[in-house]
Amino acid sequence: MTAPKLDAQKLRADFAVFDELTNGRPVAYLDSASSTQKPRQVLDAMREFYEHSYANVHRGVYTLAERATAGYEGAREKVRAYINAPSNREVIFTRSSTEALNLIAYAWGLENLGPGDVVVITELEHHANFVPWQFMAKKTGAQFAHIPIDDYGELQLDTLDEIARRGNVKVVANNLVSNTLGTINPVEKLAAWAHEQGAIMVVDAAQAAPHKHIDVQALGCDFLVFSSHKLCGPSGAGALWGRRELLEEMQPFNFGGEMIRSVALDRTSWNELPYKFEAGTPAIAEAYGFGIALDYVSEIGLAAIEAHEHELVVNAMEQLGEIPGLRIFGPPADRRTGIVSFELESVHPHDVAQILNWEGVAVRAGHHCTQPLMTRLGVAATTRASFYLYSIEEDVDRLISGLLKVKDTFGV
Amino acid sequence: MSELEQMYREVILDHYKSPRGHGLLEHPDAQAEGQNPLCGDEVTISVKFAEDGETIEAVGFDGRGCAISQAATSMLTELVTGRTATEVAALPKEDLLEEIGIPLTPIRLKCAILGLGVLKVALHKAKGTPLPAEWQNLGDDLQFD
Repeated sequence: MTAPKLDAQKLRADFAVFDELTNGRPVAYLDSASSTQKPRQVLDAMREFYEHSYANVHRGVYTLAERATAGYEGAREKVRAYINAPSNREVIFTRSSTEALNLIAYAWGLENLGPGDVVVITELEHHANFVPWQFMAKKTGAQFAHIPIDDYGELQLDTLDEIARRGNVKVVANNLVSNTLGTINPVEKLAAWAHEQGAIMVVDAAQAAPHKHIDVQALGCDFLVFSSHKLCGPSGAGALWGRRELLEEMQPFNFGGEMIRSVALDRTSWNELPYKFEAGTPAIAEAYGFGIALDYVSEIGLAAIEAHEHELVVNAMEQLGEIPGLRIFGPPADRRTGIVSFELESVHPHDVAQILNWEGVAVRAGHHCTQPLMTRLGVAATTRASFYLYSIEEDVDRLISGLLKVKDTFGV
Repeated sequence: MSELEQMYREVILDHYKSPRGHGLLEHPDAQAEGQNPLCGDEVTISVKFAEDGETIEAVGFDGRGCAISQAATSMLTELVTGRTATEVAALPKEDLLEEIGIPLTPIRLKCAILGLGVLKVALHKAKGTPLPAEWQNLGDDLQFD
Protein backbone atom coordinates (compact mmCIF):
# COMPACT_ATOMS: atom_id res chain seq x y z
CA MET A 1 0.00 0.00 0.00
CA THR A 2 1.47 3.36 -0.95
CA ALA A 3 1.95 6.06 1.69
CA PRO A 4 -0.97 8.47 2.06
CA LYS A 5 -0.43 11.70 0.18
CA LEU A 6 -1.60 15.21 0.67
CA ASP A 7 -1.77 17.82 -2.05
CA ALA A 8 -0.09 20.84 -0.49
CA GLN A 9 -0.78 23.11 -3.46
CA LYS A 10 -4.48 22.31 -3.20
CA LEU A 11 -4.48 22.87 0.56
CA ARG A 12 -2.72 26.22 0.20
CA ALA A 13 -5.81 27.54 -1.56
CA ASP A 14 -7.52 27.34 1.84
CA PHE A 15 -5.03 29.81 3.31
CA ALA A 16 -5.59 33.44 2.30
CA VAL A 17 -2.15 34.39 3.66
CA PHE A 18 -0.62 32.73 0.60
CA ASP A 19 -2.72 34.88 -1.76
CA GLU A 20 -0.69 37.90 -0.73
CA LEU A 21 2.25 38.29 -3.10
CA THR A 22 5.45 40.23 -2.46
CA ASN A 23 7.73 40.57 -5.49
CA GLY A 24 5.35 38.19 -7.22
CA ARG A 25 5.66 35.41 -4.66
CA PRO A 26 3.83 34.33 -1.52
CA VAL A 27 5.72 34.12 1.74
CA ALA A 28 7.76 30.94 2.14
CA TYR A 29 6.46 30.45 5.69
CA LEU A 30 8.91 28.19 7.48
CA ASP A 31 7.97 28.93 11.07
CA SER A 32 5.02 26.61 11.72
CA ALA A 33 6.81 25.21 14.76
CA SER A 34 6.22 28.61 16.32
CA SER A 35 2.66 29.04 15.12
CA THR A 36 0.58 27.98 12.14
CA GLN A 37 -1.45 29.75 9.48
CA LYS A 38 -5.24 29.44 9.55
CA PRO A 39 -7.46 28.05 6.78
CA ARG A 40 -10.70 29.73 5.72
CA GLN A 41 -12.63 26.78 7.10
CA VAL A 42 -11.58 27.64 10.64
CA LEU A 43 -12.07 31.39 10.22
CA ASP A 44 -15.46 31.06 8.51
CA ALA A 45 -16.68 28.63 11.15
CA MET A 46 -15.66 30.98 13.95
CA ARG A 47 -17.32 33.90 12.25
CA GLU A 48 -20.50 31.90 11.78
CA PHE A 49 -20.37 30.83 15.41
CA TYR A 50 -20.15 34.43 16.54
CA GLU A 51 -22.93 35.46 14.16
CA HIS A 52 -25.43 32.70 14.94
CA SER A 53 -24.47 30.70 18.00
CA TYR A 54 -22.83 32.98 20.49
CA ALA A 55 -23.71 33.40 24.13
CA ASN A 56 -22.06 32.48 27.37
CA VAL A 57 -21.81 28.75 27.98
CA HIS A 58 -23.30 26.41 30.59
CA ARG A 59 -25.64 29.06 31.95
CA GLY A 60 -28.43 30.31 29.77
CA VAL A 61 -31.75 28.65 29.20
CA TYR A 62 -32.29 30.30 25.84
CA THR A 63 -31.55 28.96 22.37
CA LEU A 64 -28.33 30.89 21.69
CA ALA A 65 -26.88 29.64 24.95
CA GLU A 66 -27.75 26.07 24.02
CA ARG A 67 -26.02 26.48 20.67
CA ALA A 68 -22.94 28.02 22.25
CA THR A 69 -22.72 25.28 24.83
CA ALA A 70 -23.16 22.59 22.18
CA GLY A 71 -20.37 24.18 20.14
CA TYR A 72 -18.02 24.39 23.11
CA GLU A 73 -18.73 20.91 24.44
CA GLY A 74 -18.62 19.55 20.91
CA ALA A 75 -15.08 20.88 20.65
CA ARG A 76 -14.18 19.16 23.90
CA GLU A 77 -15.34 15.85 22.45
CA LYS A 78 -13.25 16.50 19.34
CA VAL A 79 -10.17 16.97 21.53
CA ARG A 80 -10.97 13.75 23.39
CA ALA A 81 -11.29 11.83 20.13
CA TYR A 82 -8.13 13.38 18.64
CA ILE A 83 -5.96 12.02 21.44
CA ASN A 84 -8.08 8.93 22.23
CA ALA A 85 -8.68 10.00 25.82
CA PRO A 86 -11.07 7.71 27.72
CA SER A 87 -13.48 10.44 28.77
CA ASN A 88 -14.21 14.09 28.07
CA ARG A 89 -14.39 14.70 31.79
CA GLU A 90 -10.61 14.39 31.59
CA VAL A 91 -10.24 17.07 28.90
CA ILE A 92 -9.76 20.60 30.19
CA PHE A 93 -9.62 23.68 28.00
CA THR A 94 -6.84 26.12 28.87
CA ARG A 95 -5.39 29.17 27.19
CA SER A 96 -2.37 27.27 25.85
CA SER A 97 0.02 24.37 26.43
CA THR A 98 2.04 26.67 28.66
CA GLU A 99 -0.95 27.39 30.88
CA ALA A 100 -1.82 23.68 30.96
CA LEU A 101 1.70 22.76 32.11
CA ASN A 102 1.57 25.45 34.77
CA LEU A 103 -1.77 24.08 35.94
CA ILE A 104 -0.23 20.64 36.43
CA ALA A 105 2.87 22.05 38.12
CA TYR A 106 0.85 24.15 40.56
CA ALA A 107 -2.20 21.98 41.18
CA TRP A 108 -0.42 18.61 41.19
CA GLY A 109 3.19 19.58 41.90
CA LEU A 110 2.74 21.71 45.00
CA GLU A 111 0.79 18.99 46.78
CA ASN A 112 2.85 16.03 45.72
CA LEU A 113 6.47 17.15 45.82
CA GLY A 114 8.80 17.55 48.78
CA PRO A 115 12.33 16.95 50.06
CA GLY A 116 13.71 13.61 48.93
CA ASP A 117 11.64 13.70 45.76
CA VAL A 118 13.07 14.09 42.26
CA VAL A 119 11.53 16.02 39.38
CA VAL A 120 12.90 14.76 36.06
CA ILE A 121 12.86 16.79 32.85
CA THR A 122 15.19 16.67 29.84
CA GLU A 123 17.73 18.93 28.16
CA LEU A 124 15.32 19.25 25.23
CA GLU A 125 12.45 20.86 27.12
CA HIS A 126 10.75 24.05 26.06
CA HIS A 127 10.75 26.60 28.88
CA ALA A 128 7.04 25.88 29.44
CA ASN A 129 7.93 22.33 30.50
CA PHE A 130 11.15 23.32 32.26
CA VAL A 131 10.65 26.49 34.26
CA PRO A 132 7.41 25.54 36.08
CA TRP A 133 9.06 22.30 37.27
CA GLN A 134 12.26 24.05 38.24
CA PHE A 135 10.22 26.52 40.27
CA MET A 136 8.13 23.80 41.93
CA ALA A 137 11.23 21.79 42.77
CA LYS A 138 12.82 24.84 44.44
CA LYS A 139 9.62 25.72 46.23
CA THR A 140 8.99 22.23 47.59
CA GLY A 141 12.60 21.22 48.25
CA ALA A 142 12.55 18.48 45.63
CA GLN A 143 15.58 17.81 43.43
CA PHE A 144 15.55 18.91 39.83
CA ALA A 145 17.20 16.39 37.48
CA HIS A 146 17.54 16.33 33.71
CA ILE A 147 18.01 13.54 31.17
CA PRO A 148 20.87 14.64 28.91
CA ILE A 149 21.02 14.30 25.13
CA ASP A 150 23.72 12.80 22.96
CA ASP A 151 25.30 14.54 19.97
CA TYR A 152 22.31 13.58 17.83
CA GLY A 153 19.98 15.43 20.15
CA GLU A 154 18.44 12.19 21.40
CA LEU A 155 17.86 11.30 25.05
CA GLN A 156 20.50 9.23 26.81
CA LEU A 157 18.25 6.67 28.45
CA ASP A 158 21.20 4.90 30.05
CA THR A 159 21.32 7.76 32.56
CA LEU A 160 17.93 6.80 34.01
CA ASP A 161 19.29 4.30 36.53
CA GLU A 162 21.56 6.90 38.08
CA ILE A 163 18.74 9.42 38.21
CA ALA A 164 16.55 6.86 39.98
CA ARG A 165 19.16 6.51 42.72
CA ARG A 166 19.00 10.22 43.56
CA GLY A 167 15.72 9.95 45.43
CA ASN A 168 12.01 9.30 44.93
CA VAL A 169 11.29 10.13 41.32
CA LYS A 170 7.81 11.66 41.44
CA VAL A 171 7.34 13.21 38.01
CA VAL A 172 8.90 12.81 34.59
CA ALA A 173 8.09 15.58 32.13
CA ASN A 174 9.05 15.42 28.47
CA ASN A 175 8.16 16.81 25.05
CA LEU A 176 7.14 14.12 22.62
CA VAL A 177 8.74 16.20 19.86
CA SER A 178 11.53 18.76 20.37
CA ASN A 179 10.53 22.13 18.95
CA THR A 180 14.16 23.05 18.29
CA LEU A 181 15.64 19.83 16.91
CA GLY A 182 12.60 17.86 15.78
CA THR A 183 13.75 14.88 17.87
CA ILE A 184 11.00 12.33 18.49
CA ASN A 185 11.27 11.14 22.08
CA PRO A 186 10.54 7.60 23.36
CA VAL A 187 7.69 8.71 25.59
CA GLU A 188 6.26 5.20 26.01
CA LYS A 189 9.60 4.04 27.45
CA LEU A 190 9.84 7.07 29.72
CA ALA A 191 6.27 6.57 30.93
CA ALA A 192 6.97 2.93 31.73
CA TRP A 193 10.11 3.89 33.63
CA ALA A 194 8.27 6.67 35.44
CA HIS A 195 5.57 4.27 36.60
CA GLU A 196 8.19 1.78 37.77
CA GLN A 197 9.53 4.54 40.00
CA GLY A 198 6.04 5.38 41.22
CA ALA A 199 6.13 8.63 39.31
CA ILE A 200 3.67 10.30 36.95
CA MET A 201 4.45 11.03 33.29
CA VAL A 202 3.67 14.47 31.87
CA VAL A 203 3.85 14.88 28.10
CA ASP A 204 4.24 18.21 26.36
CA ALA A 205 2.70 17.39 22.97
CA ALA A 206 2.57 20.96 21.67
CA GLN A 207 4.98 20.18 18.86
CA ALA A 208 3.80 16.60 18.33
CA ALA A 209 0.00 16.80 18.19
CA PRO A 210 -0.14 18.80 14.93
CA HIS A 211 2.25 16.44 13.14
CA LYS A 212 1.73 12.91 14.47
CA HIS A 213 -1.11 10.72 15.58
CA ILE A 214 -1.49 10.93 19.37
CA ASP A 215 -3.01 8.23 21.57
CA VAL A 216 -2.71 8.95 25.30
CA GLN A 217 -3.73 5.41 26.18
CA ALA A 218 -1.03 3.91 23.95
CA LEU A 219 1.56 6.39 25.26
CA GLY A 220 0.75 5.38 28.83
CA CYS A 221 1.17 8.92 30.13
CA ASP A 222 -0.74 10.59 32.97
CA PHE A 223 -1.01 14.13 31.60
CA LEU A 224 -0.72 15.49 28.08
CA VAL A 225 -0.99 19.03 26.75
CA PHE A 226 -1.25 20.60 23.31
CA SER A 227 -2.28 23.85 21.61
CA SER A 228 -4.78 25.01 19.03
CA HIS A 229 -2.58 27.61 17.37
CA LYS A 230 0.03 25.03 16.36
CA LEU A 231 -2.46 23.05 14.30
CA CYS A 232 -4.22 25.70 12.25
CA GLY A 233 -6.56 26.75 15.04
CA PRO A 234 -6.88 30.11 16.77
CA SER A 235 -4.49 31.16 19.51
CA GLY A 236 -5.87 31.40 23.05
CA ALA A 237 -7.03 27.77 23.20
CA GLY A 238 -5.14 24.78 24.51
CA ALA A 239 -6.00 21.42 25.97
CA LEU A 240 -4.94 19.53 29.04
CA TRP A 241 -5.74 15.83 29.33
CA GLY A 242 -5.21 14.14 32.70
CA ARG A 243 -6.11 10.82 34.32
CA ARG A 244 -9.37 11.14 36.17
CA GLU A 245 -8.04 9.87 39.51
CA LEU A 246 -5.29 12.48 39.44
CA LEU A 247 -7.59 15.33 38.44
CA GLU A 248 -10.13 14.39 41.12
CA GLU A 249 -7.45 14.62 43.81
CA MET A 250 -6.06 17.95 42.65
CA GLN A 251 -7.23 21.25 44.05
CA PRO A 252 -8.47 23.77 41.48
CA PHE A 253 -5.94 26.08 39.90
CA ASN A 254 -8.15 29.07 39.18
CA PHE A 255 -11.12 29.92 41.34
CA GLY A 256 -14.29 31.74 40.43
CA GLY A 257 -17.46 31.12 38.55
CA GLU A 258 -18.21 27.91 36.73
CA MET A 259 -15.81 25.81 38.82
CA ILE A 260 -18.01 25.87 41.90
CA ARG A 261 -21.09 23.90 42.87
CA SER A 262 -22.22 26.11 45.72
CA VAL A 263 -20.75 29.16 47.41
CA ALA A 264 -21.59 30.36 50.90
CA LEU A 265 -19.94 32.59 53.43
CA ASP A 266 -18.44 29.70 55.33
CA ARG A 267 -17.61 27.26 52.57
CA THR A 268 -17.57 26.57 48.85
CA SER A 269 -17.78 23.26 47.01
CA TRP A 270 -16.14 22.50 43.69
CA ASN A 271 -17.87 21.59 40.50
CA GLU A 272 -17.27 18.21 38.93
CA LEU A 273 -14.68 17.50 36.23
CA PRO A 274 -13.82 19.05 33.88
CA TYR A 275 -15.44 22.28 35.05
CA LYS A 276 -13.51 22.23 38.32
CA PHE A 277 -10.57 23.47 36.28
CA GLU A 278 -12.39 25.91 33.99
CA ALA A 279 -13.06 29.01 36.05
CA GLY A 280 -14.66 32.03 34.41
CA THR A 281 -15.98 32.57 30.94
CA PRO A 282 -13.77 30.51 28.64
CA ALA A 283 -12.42 31.43 25.22
CA ILE A 284 -15.64 30.05 23.73
CA ALA A 285 -15.23 30.78 20.02
CA GLU A 286 -11.55 29.88 20.24
CA ALA A 287 -12.38 26.47 21.68
CA TYR A 288 -14.93 26.05 18.92
CA GLY A 289 -12.31 27.05 16.35
CA PHE A 290 -9.87 24.60 17.94
CA GLY A 291 -12.41 21.87 17.26
CA ILE A 292 -12.83 22.93 13.64
CA ALA A 293 -9.05 22.92 13.21
CA LEU A 294 -8.93 19.37 14.59
CA ASP A 295 -11.57 18.38 12.02
CA TYR A 296 -9.52 20.04 9.25
CA VAL A 297 -6.28 18.33 10.22
CA SER A 298 -7.95 14.97 10.87
CA GLU A 299 -9.60 15.03 7.46
CA ILE A 300 -6.28 15.54 5.76
CA GLY A 301 -4.92 12.78 7.97
CA LEU A 302 -1.98 12.82 10.37
CA ALA A 303 -0.22 10.02 8.48
CA ALA A 304 -0.34 12.06 5.27
CA ILE A 305 0.89 15.16 7.07
CA GLU A 306 3.73 13.23 8.66
CA ALA A 307 4.76 11.73 5.31
CA HIS A 308 4.59 15.11 3.58
CA GLU A 309 6.78 16.81 6.18
CA HIS A 310 9.21 13.92 6.11
CA GLU A 311 9.72 14.35 2.36
CA LEU A 312 10.37 18.05 2.84
CA VAL A 313 12.81 17.61 5.72
CA VAL A 314 14.78 14.93 3.85
CA ASN A 315 15.10 17.30 0.89
CA ALA A 316 15.94 20.28 3.10
CA MET A 317 18.63 18.45 5.08
CA GLU A 318 20.20 17.14 1.89
CA GLN A 319 20.42 20.59 0.35
CA LEU A 320 21.47 22.27 3.59
CA GLY A 321 24.19 19.66 3.98
CA GLU A 322 25.71 20.84 0.71
CA ILE A 323 26.20 24.42 1.86
CA PRO A 324 29.76 24.91 3.08
CA GLY A 325 30.02 26.29 6.59
CA LEU A 326 26.48 25.25 7.52
CA ARG A 327 26.01 22.99 10.54
CA ILE A 328 22.75 21.12 11.20
CA PHE A 329 21.78 20.18 14.76
CA GLY A 330 19.85 17.12 15.83
CA PRO A 331 19.08 13.63 14.56
CA PRO A 332 19.13 12.32 10.98
CA ALA A 333 16.09 13.01 8.80
CA ASP A 334 14.38 9.71 9.48
CA ARG A 335 14.46 10.22 13.25
CA ARG A 336 12.90 13.67 13.30
CA THR A 337 9.77 15.60 12.35
CA GLY A 338 9.73 18.53 9.93
CA ILE A 339 12.03 20.84 11.88
CA VAL A 340 15.64 21.82 11.09
CA SER A 341 17.83 24.02 13.27
CA PHE A 342 21.16 25.07 11.87
CA GLU A 343 23.91 27.63 12.09
CA LEU A 344 25.84 29.34 9.32
CA GLU A 345 29.48 29.93 10.13
CA SER A 346 30.37 33.55 10.81
CA VAL A 347 26.82 34.82 10.42
CA HIS A 348 24.55 35.45 13.37
CA PRO A 349 21.08 33.89 13.18
CA HIS A 350 19.46 37.33 13.39
CA ASP A 351 21.31 38.42 10.28
CA VAL A 352 20.43 35.17 8.50
CA ALA A 353 16.75 35.67 9.30
CA GLN A 354 16.87 39.34 8.30
CA ILE A 355 18.25 38.65 4.84
CA LEU A 356 15.98 35.64 4.36
CA ASN A 357 13.07 37.94 5.15
CA TRP A 358 14.03 40.14 2.25
CA GLU A 359 13.88 37.04 0.06
CA GLY A 360 10.36 36.42 1.36
CA VAL A 361 11.42 33.49 3.54
CA ALA A 362 10.22 33.41 7.14
CA VAL A 363 12.39 31.45 9.56
CA ARG A 364 12.94 31.76 13.30
CA ALA A 365 16.23 32.95 14.78
CA GLY A 366 16.85 32.72 18.49
CA HIS A 367 16.89 30.27 21.35
CA HIS A 368 13.39 28.92 20.59
CA CYS A 369 12.50 28.96 24.29
CA THR A 370 15.06 26.24 24.88
CA GLN A 371 18.01 28.02 26.47
CA PRO A 372 19.30 24.94 28.34
CA LEU A 373 19.42 23.15 24.98
CA MET A 374 21.28 26.04 23.38
CA THR A 375 23.84 25.89 26.19
CA ARG A 376 24.27 22.15 25.61
CA LEU A 377 24.74 22.76 21.86
CA GLY A 378 27.28 25.48 22.64
CA VAL A 379 25.44 28.25 20.82
CA ALA A 380 23.41 31.25 21.88
CA ALA A 381 20.90 30.90 19.07
CA THR A 382 20.13 28.92 15.94
CA THR A 383 18.17 29.55 12.78
CA ARG A 384 15.21 27.21 12.49
CA ALA A 385 13.05 26.22 9.52
CA SER A 386 9.90 24.16 10.11
CA PHE A 387 7.27 22.65 7.82
CA TYR A 388 3.55 21.95 7.90
CA LEU A 389 0.76 20.66 5.68
CA TYR A 390 0.85 23.79 3.51
CA SER A 391 4.65 23.82 2.97
CA ILE A 392 5.92 23.04 -0.54
CA GLU A 393 9.22 22.06 -2.18
CA GLU A 394 9.58 25.59 -3.49
CA ASP A 395 9.77 26.83 0.12
CA VAL A 396 12.81 24.61 0.63
CA ASP A 397 14.42 25.82 -2.61
CA ARG A 398 13.85 29.44 -1.59
CA LEU A 399 15.40 28.75 1.81
CA ILE A 400 18.50 27.33 0.17
CA SER A 401 18.95 30.11 -2.39
CA GLY A 402 18.26 32.62 0.40
CA LEU A 403 21.07 31.11 2.47
CA LEU A 404 23.43 31.29 -0.48
CA LYS A 405 22.50 34.97 -0.73
CA VAL A 406 23.32 35.41 2.96
CA LYS A 407 26.74 33.88 2.40
CA ASP A 408 27.29 36.14 -0.57
CA THR A 409 26.22 39.25 1.35
CA PHE A 410 28.59 38.50 4.20
CA GLY A 411 31.35 37.33 1.92
CA VAL A 412 31.67 33.95 3.66
CA MET B 1 17.70 44.77 -4.34
CA SER B 2 15.43 46.96 -2.21
CA GLU B 3 16.57 50.27 -0.81
CA LEU B 4 16.53 48.78 2.66
CA GLU B 5 18.74 45.93 1.62
CA GLN B 6 21.10 48.32 -0.03
CA MET B 7 21.42 50.41 3.10
CA TYR B 8 21.92 47.26 5.14
CA ARG B 9 24.71 46.14 2.93
CA GLU B 10 26.46 49.46 2.68
CA VAL B 11 26.12 50.86 6.14
CA ILE B 12 25.91 47.83 8.40
CA LEU B 13 28.19 45.47 6.58
CA ASP B 14 30.82 48.14 6.08
CA HIS B 15 31.03 48.69 9.81
CA TYR B 16 30.68 45.00 10.55
CA LYS B 17 33.59 44.05 8.35
CA SER B 18 35.85 46.99 9.19
CA PRO B 19 34.70 48.11 12.58
CA ARG B 20 35.94 51.44 13.78
CA GLY B 21 37.33 51.51 17.25
CA HIS B 22 37.83 47.79 17.32
CA GLY B 23 40.13 46.49 20.00
CA LEU B 24 40.08 47.30 23.69
CA LEU B 25 42.29 50.14 24.92
CA GLU B 26 45.22 49.47 27.21
CA HIS B 27 44.89 51.15 30.62
CA PRO B 28 41.40 52.51 29.97
CA ASP B 29 39.79 55.08 32.24
CA ALA B 30 36.43 53.38 32.02
CA GLN B 31 35.27 49.95 30.94
CA ALA B 32 32.16 47.81 31.05
CA GLU B 33 30.70 44.80 29.31
CA GLY B 34 27.20 43.72 28.47
CA GLN B 35 25.28 41.08 26.65
CA ASN B 36 21.87 40.32 25.26
CA PRO B 37 21.18 36.84 26.62
CA LEU B 38 18.31 36.37 24.20
CA CYS B 39 20.58 36.14 21.18
CA GLY B 40 24.13 36.06 22.52
CA ASP B 41 25.34 39.48 21.38
CA GLU B 42 28.19 40.61 23.64
CA VAL B 43 30.10 43.85 23.76
CA THR B 44 32.92 45.22 25.95
CA ILE B 45 33.71 48.92 25.73
CA SER B 46 36.79 50.75 27.04
CA VAL B 47 37.17 54.52 27.21
CA LYS B 48 40.10 56.89 27.58
CA PHE B 49 39.57 60.50 28.57
CA ALA B 50 41.61 63.50 27.48
CA GLU B 51 43.64 65.42 30.02
CA ASP B 52 40.56 67.32 31.21
CA GLY B 53 39.22 63.99 32.45
CA GLU B 54 35.87 64.74 30.80
CA THR B 55 36.30 64.64 27.04
CA ILE B 56 36.31 61.19 25.48
CA GLU B 57 39.56 60.91 23.63
CA ALA B 58 39.33 57.29 22.45
CA VAL B 59 36.88 54.40 22.55
CA GLY B 60 37.76 50.80 21.88
CA PHE B 61 35.40 47.86 21.83
CA ASP B 62 35.47 44.12 21.53
CA GLY B 63 32.63 41.70 21.08
CA ARG B 64 30.74 39.21 19.04
CA GLY B 65 27.22 39.07 17.81
CA CYS B 66 24.95 40.01 14.98
CA ALA B 67 25.92 42.55 12.34
CA ILE B 68 23.64 45.18 13.81
CA SER B 69 25.04 44.97 17.33
CA GLN B 70 28.64 45.12 16.16
CA ALA B 71 28.06 47.76 13.49
CA ALA B 72 26.05 49.97 15.85
CA THR B 73 28.84 49.81 18.41
CA SER B 74 31.36 50.66 15.72
CA MET B 75 29.31 53.70 14.70
CA LEU B 76 28.95 54.61 18.33
CA THR B 77 32.70 54.90 18.81
CA GLU B 78 32.87 57.44 16.00
CA LEU B 79 29.83 59.29 17.30
CA VAL B 80 31.11 59.83 20.83
CA THR B 81 34.81 60.50 20.34
CA GLY B 82 35.42 64.13 21.21
CA ARG B 83 32.25 64.48 23.31
CA THR B 84 32.17 64.82 27.07
CA ALA B 85 31.21 62.04 29.44
CA THR B 86 28.21 64.03 30.68
CA GLU B 87 27.02 64.60 27.13
CA VAL B 88 27.33 60.94 26.20
CA ALA B 89 25.68 59.77 29.42
CA ALA B 90 22.63 61.72 28.29
CA LEU B 91 22.87 60.80 24.60
CA PRO B 92 19.40 59.75 23.46
CA LYS B 93 19.24 56.39 21.69
CA GLU B 94 17.48 58.18 18.83
CA ASP B 95 20.76 59.88 17.94
CA LEU B 96 22.44 56.52 17.49
CA LEU B 97 19.49 55.08 15.59
CA GLU B 98 19.55 58.07 13.25
CA GLU B 99 23.22 57.40 12.62
CA ILE B 100 22.44 53.76 11.79
CA GLY B 101 19.85 55.05 9.41
CA ILE B 102 17.74 51.97 8.75
CA PRO B 103 14.40 51.18 10.43
CA LEU B 104 14.70 48.39 12.98
CA THR B 105 12.12 46.04 14.44
CA PRO B 106 11.88 45.95 18.26
CA ILE B 107 14.01 42.83 18.47
CA ARG B 108 16.85 44.31 16.41
CA LEU B 109 16.52 47.58 18.27
CA LYS B 110 17.91 45.80 21.31
CA CYS B 111 20.88 44.65 19.24
CA ALA B 112 21.51 48.22 18.13
CA ILE B 113 21.46 49.90 21.53
CA LEU B 114 23.49 47.28 23.41
CA GLY B 115 26.74 49.18 22.85
CA LEU B 116 25.23 52.47 23.93
CA GLY B 117 24.01 50.88 27.15
CA VAL B 118 27.39 49.38 27.89
CA LEU B 119 29.10 52.71 27.24
CA LYS B 120 26.74 54.51 29.61
CA VAL B 121 27.38 51.92 32.29
CA ALA B 122 31.14 52.34 31.81
CA LEU B 123 30.84 56.10 32.24
CA HIS B 124 28.53 55.67 35.22
CA LYS B 125 31.01 53.35 36.91
CA ALA B 126 34.03 55.60 36.24
CA LYS B 127 32.57 59.08 36.59
CA GLY B 128 29.25 58.59 38.35
CA THR B 129 27.36 60.06 35.40
CA PRO B 130 23.64 59.31 35.67
CA LEU B 131 21.90 56.43 33.97
CA PRO B 132 18.71 58.06 32.69
CA ALA B 133 15.38 56.60 33.88
CA GLU B 134 14.28 55.95 30.32
CA TRP B 135 17.36 53.85 29.85
CA GLN B 136 16.59 51.67 32.88
CA ASN B 137 13.55 50.20 31.13
CA LEU B 138 15.38 49.42 27.93
CA GLY B 139 18.17 47.87 29.87
CA ASP B 140 15.92 45.33 31.61
CA ASP B 141 16.54 42.51 29.17
CA LEU B 142 20.20 43.23 28.83
CA GLN B 143 22.86 42.29 31.33
CA PHE B 144 25.62 44.68 32.30
CA ASP B 145 28.70 44.33 34.44
